Amino acid sequence: MTDLHQLTIHEAQDMLRRGDISSVELTQSVLDRALAVDNDVRAYICLLPEEALAQAEAADRRRAAGDDTPLLGIPLAIKDVICIQGVTTTCGSRILENFVPPFDATIVARLRAAGAVFLGKTNTDEFAMGSSTEYSAFFTTGNPWDLERVPGGSSGGSAAAVVAGEALGAFGTDTGGSVRQPAAMCGVVGLKPTYGRVSRYGLVAHGSSLDQIGPLTRDVEDAAILLGSIAGHDRMDSTSLNVAVPDYVREMKTGDGLKGMRVGVPKEYFTEGIEPGVETAVRAALDLMADLGAELIEVSLPHTEYAIPIYYLIATAEASSNLARYDGVRYGLRVDAPDMWQTYYDTRQAGFGPEVKRRIMLGTYGLSAGYYDAYYLKAQQARTLLRRDFERVWEQVDVMACPTSPTTAFKIGQKVDDPLQMYLSDVFTVSLNLVGMCGISIPCGFSDGMPVGLQLMGPALGESIILRAAHAYEQATEWHKRRPNLTERMF
Amino acid sequence: MPKLTLEEVEHIATLARLGLSGDEKETFREQLSAILDYAEVLNRLDTTGVPPTTSALPLNNVMRPDQVTPSLPTEDALANAPDTDADQFRVRAILE
Repeated sequence: MTDLHQLTIHEAQDMLRRGDISSVELTQSVLDRALAVDNDVRAYICLLPEEALAQAEAADRRRAAGDDTPLLGIPLAIKDVICIQGVTTTCGSRILENFVPPFDATIVARLRAAGAVFLGKTNTDEFAMGSSTEYSAFFTTGNPWDLERVPGGSSGGSAAAVVAGEALGAFGTDTGGSVRQPAAMCGVVGLKPTYGRVSRYGLVAHGSSLDQIGPLTRDVEDAAILLGSIAGHDRMDSTSLNVAVPDYVREMKTGDGLKGMRVGVPKEYFTEGIEPGVETAVRAALDLMADLGAELIEVSLPHTEYAIPIYYLIATAEASSNLARYDGVRYGLRVDAPDMWQTYYDTRQAGFGPEVKRRIMLGTYGLSAGYYDAYYLKAQQARTLLRRDFERVWEQVDVMACPTSPTTAFKIGQKVDDPLQMYLSDVFTVSLNLVGMCGISIPCGFSDGMPVGLQLMGPALGESIILRAAHAYEQATEWHKRRPNLTERMF
Repeated sequence: MPKLTLEEVEHIATLARLGLSGDEKETFREQLSAILDYAEVLNRLDTTGVPPTTSALPLNNVMRPDQVTPSLPTEDALANAPDTDADQFRVRAILE
């Protein structure tokens, strides 16, 4: 029973239903693993062993009483930008270091109702602003495949926890790639749902026209299970779509997999800056998809080169507005000064780290009088052109396939002092957020020992079709079963 | 020559109510200038007559019935506040 922590969610569900294992055994196994490896990986900002075991016991009692909710007794991790009532939610920031939310996020409430066990809160770049977890105010998470490298970000703690055996699945948030990019860099599955598919109530806001919550899992079926458990309309989030939630697992398995599917290959996503080993792995994945019956069609998204500047003007503008709420009045850090104005300046200077300050500055500049038209408005117009690119392509293909990230995980410290280089690592992920559509990253190989991610992009509310394509590819490969070698050291 | 002047950096910081050290101002002046230079690429695009995207999806105003429902208890809403007085947030005097 020592390897329960390596089960997929659907495997664990089967074993729990058959009575082969209890949730307490499963949860204990995952907690033991986390205690043994997390001093090296550092995926968790806060681990909740007692609470998790109490929830596991409750789940076992519910099952004994005949209950069988979808996630009953399944131990999961939550990125520390999503509120769990009574559990400190830091957003990786000093300014919220002691913030204890008085309510559950909608996704947490839904997971709770489905019977999930909450293991703890995972590390993130401060306010989810970053691509490596290096901008966390607390520490940098190590990539379980090479602890000298970043796990990607900003949901790097969640991705690392899933591949390291420290959670059966996890949730992250994706504003410009923050679920898909760490999934690719850690060798797990990461799904960004369509804008509006999942409620953001109780998610600390970053870029409100871009943010979505998505699952990080060990295989595609688990992603379908977790998406189905959190999706759907919520009256507490007026941007959530009032559209029925399909049975993603069933729809994923319906039909002929990739046979006859039209898979677009956007030529702008195979550029010179891409690492050779990444391109080799992704090209091999495309060949395999063709072997499995997909029709590969070269397509063009001509405004791709503008996606990064569009994204960083819009995301920072939204972030600068959203982060105005940290004023030391209602919650969070306050640095007292003789007057209110100075209290604002001092609180925000002490509470925010360098990347958050940089983004507040950039966003404020782009929205300020005299510059609004040249930056923010121009970016929103260019965003329309980007969206038209995608709409034209959806007339020709069912999904698109491309690399998730131009490189594998980079060394800790390599990009941290060069913000522009850090921003460019999001070049293949930001477009989907800007156009509000869905995407998934799945493992498709290795380059110099580090995982490579294949990104499948779909139209708005096209989750079922990208899951079907991803599942068909995964069924024909073994990449998702590889695990890093980590030394267990009890403390 | 950096695009932004030190005075512009200080002006933005004031708008954002963000205190910055002298070093931070200098660093941000250089970094933000480099990022804005990079963003100049957008000027190659002719966006005449292109409507700006205001939402990632075609959502209109969302209405709901104006019904009174239970809300967060005052005690819970105040629990994270740095300073409170009775049922209120306490702040420094804004007016003398």
